[in-house]
Amino acid sequence: MFSYCTDPSTLDNLAWLSCYLTTGKHSAMYVSVFVVLLLLAITAPMALLFGFGAATASRSTILPLRWLGRAYTSIVRGVPDIAFFLFFVIALDQGFEWLRHKVKCPDWDEPIRRGVDFVVCDAAKLPLGNAPQWVHETYGFFLAVLTFAIVFGAFAANVMYGAMQTVPRAQLETAEAYGMTRRQTFWRVLVPQMWVYALPGLSNLWMVLIKATPLLFLLGVEDIVYWARELGGTQNPRFTDYPHGDWRMWYFLALLVFYLMFTKVSEVVLDRIMKRLTKGQATMGGEAQRKAAA
Amino acid sequence: MKKLVLSTAALALTAGFAMADGHGVVRLGTEGAYEPWNFVNDAGEIDGFERDLGDELCERAELTCEWVKNDWDSIIPNLVSGNYDAIIAGMSITAEREEVIDFTQGYTPPDPSAYLSLDAGVDLEGGIIAAQASTLQAAFIADQGWTLIEFATPEETVAAVRNGEADAVLADSSFIDTVVGTDGLVKLERTEAIGGGVGMGFRESDAELRGKFDAAITSMKEDGSLNELIAKWQVSSQW
Amino acid sequence: MSCLQTISDYAFRSLGYGERLLPRGDFTLCQQFTLIGSGMIWNVYFGVLALLAGFFLAVTLAVGKSSANPMARKPAEWFIFVFRGSPLFIQFFFGYFLFLSLKSVSSVFDPFTSAALGALVVLFLNTSAYTAEIFYGALLSIPKGDVEAADAYGMTGFKRFRRITFPTMLRLAWPSYTNEAIFLFHATTLVFFSGFPALRQKGDALYYASYFADKTFNPFVPYPILAGYFILLTLVLIGLFGVANRRLNRHMPQTKLPRMKFRLNLIR
Repeated sequence: MFSYCTDPSTLDNLAWLSCYLTTGKHSAMYVSVFVVLLLLAITAPMALLFGFGAATASRSTILPLRWLGRAYTSIVRGVPDIAFFLFFVIALDQGFEWLRHKVKCPDWDEPIRRGVDFVVCDAAKLPLGNAPQWVHETYGFFLAVLTFAIVFGAFAANVMYGAMQTVPRAQLETAEAYGMTRRQTFWRVLVPQMWVYALPGLSNLWMVLIKATPLLFLLGVEDIVYWARELGGTQNPRFTDYPHGDWRMWYFLALLVFYLMFTKVSEVVLDRIMKRLTKGQATMGGEAQRKAAA
Repeated sequence: MKKLVLSTAALALTAGFAMADGHGVVRLGTEGAYEPWNFVNDAGEIDGFERDLGDELCERAELTCEWVKNDWDSIIPNLVSGNYDAIIAGMSITAEREEVIDFTQGYTPPDPSAYLSLDAGVDLEGGIIAAQASTLQAAFIADQGWTLIEFATPEETVAAVRNGEADAVLADSSFIDTVVGTDGLVKLERTEAIGGGVGMGFRESDAELRGKFDAAITSMKEDGSLNELIAKWQVSSQW
Repeated sequence: MSCLQTISDYAFRSLGYGERLLPRGDFTLCQQFTLIGSGMIWNVYFGVLALLAGFFLAVTLAVGKSSANPMARKPAEWFIFVFRGSPLFIQFFFGYFLFLSLKSVSSVFDPFTSAALGALVVLFLNTSAYTAEIFYGALLSIPKGDVEAADAYGMTGFKRFRRITFPTMLRLAWPSYTNEAIFLFHATTLVFFSGFPALRQKGDALYYASYFADKTFNPFVPYPILAGYFILLTLVLIGLFGVANRRLNRHMPQTKLPRMKFRLNLIR
């Protein structure tokens, strides 16, 4: 990075550290921080969407749909997330390739499963075999997002289902009395009011999601924890210009601070959202806000 | 859940990429955490004996290659499900693995595993021996009926000997050599012959690609360039 | 080898009894079910003990956090913040590291570097923090009238806490506490995965599941088996906590009794 970094062994502490912390390997770690943040930013709305869909399905009047919604939430919630991550990404990837195979190569006559090999035609590969590495990485990232969204969607569904049940019955009856259809009642009365009841549970879920990101490396995404382990481990003078002993402790300490700060910031932001959402609601919090303003 | 998965799958189908033409690029899967075989260098790139070897082999086989890092635990499942085309990750050729994937000929000769300890006269039978979980060495210690303690990474096994949790580590001799001498760690005289040579792994349905690499390895063995690489990185004995 | 034979060989392998060598080659479904089930003993051990011990610390912390005295409040707040704000596996790492350094201070700490004790301590502290936060929330939502009524009866101090505050807090917190219990059991899978070393191939359910996945190169059998065991465990937990919930609520008007909802979600 800096011009004086050509021979780090001659440098004193501060200059050495400035070189050490700006190596390509360290940059990869800094990038991974953004990867984690990006993943959280995409996963959160997706999980909400999954959760909303499943919660709605669980309340559906159509029986099979209701079963589907409930089976999804209870099965995924019953399984430890690591166990899920360890096989689900490969399954998801193979599922996609199998579907594309069926669409793109209808006249393929060889078997797809040969022993343990999973072989689809070249056109069905995801991403294609000759795609550049960044496409593969993006695809891997997308799979990780989807897996996270499926897992956390189940938890979100559970929270939102509860929230929908908590919206006071009288509100829905009033809507019906005004001649709203089922659909109108759902979208105009139930959904806007549900959020305030769902938010405490959802904010909890957000905190949990933040702390689940160390599992990302199981999904093939190189996250902060992967790099902290890699960089903190003993570095041998034979293979690096910056040899050092076992520094994992310091790297993990930095991670600890990162996660604590992230949690703190989230708490503050979620508090504000809660204040805004309670405004004008038929709850204790809403009532308190109204009184304070009056 | 199924419904949701299917609808996203439909998205993936329509968003797919238009062109396709076979093995344009050969993707090489490695671990990137196994000095001196393969590791990530200061610049954040894959480096080591296998990086040099793989690049040379691809050149000889006239293939365009690309490096992919993958976690060791899932390196074989990801190969067979087609996420990359070959494993080149210091993987010993064993009968167990042969059942699932196919190997090229070994590019390094079978080398014994060695012990690392703070005390040259350590009692292996009665002591606690550390090894990385799910390695040949771990299975070997369990077979002997000694007390095995397993850690997730090689780093932790050596740390365990340093701080007295374990009395010795059993690992590949080339790995032991990278740490021997630090903090009073010594390599024991005794070695164990476990595992065959190290080779590249391919899907069983991919015999053609394996043949190309096999031929390239043969040519490197014949002109002595393989021995030069082995000597440069001190990974094993020479051919 | 018959399945019964396999079961008698491996049912207690995770504790070190039975066949010394793990199966190697010709893996049967029966072996996978038996060994992964055997590993569940550890998950149950960690979960049950951490939950029981954590309950008491959690009550103390929750009372501390709601205290007006900053000497009691600040430490409780910090404890809860640190343990809830950081990933469990980092806590395992520092826990293991700390126990190792303590070992050189005094031989009292020798057993703490083993998973059986060390990981239990970390899980205990972790679940205490999460549970304390739940109990704290419940303490805040105790109806004012209940406490005023206790005052009117002349109950003060510990008597009021034992008779009024504590039972009401428990009743209000119970659904969320059930969730915490479920997730604590799920979290026990991290012990050998990223925390503590496994000695003599004695590990938990995930340890054996990954052993089989590694040997058979097929993740699609052992991990779903593991998932199945955990779904069963979760159902049992929900059942047990449901019984307790009915008991806690038995004095309430039964028609108005809200069905127990599993809403708040707390994992780490």
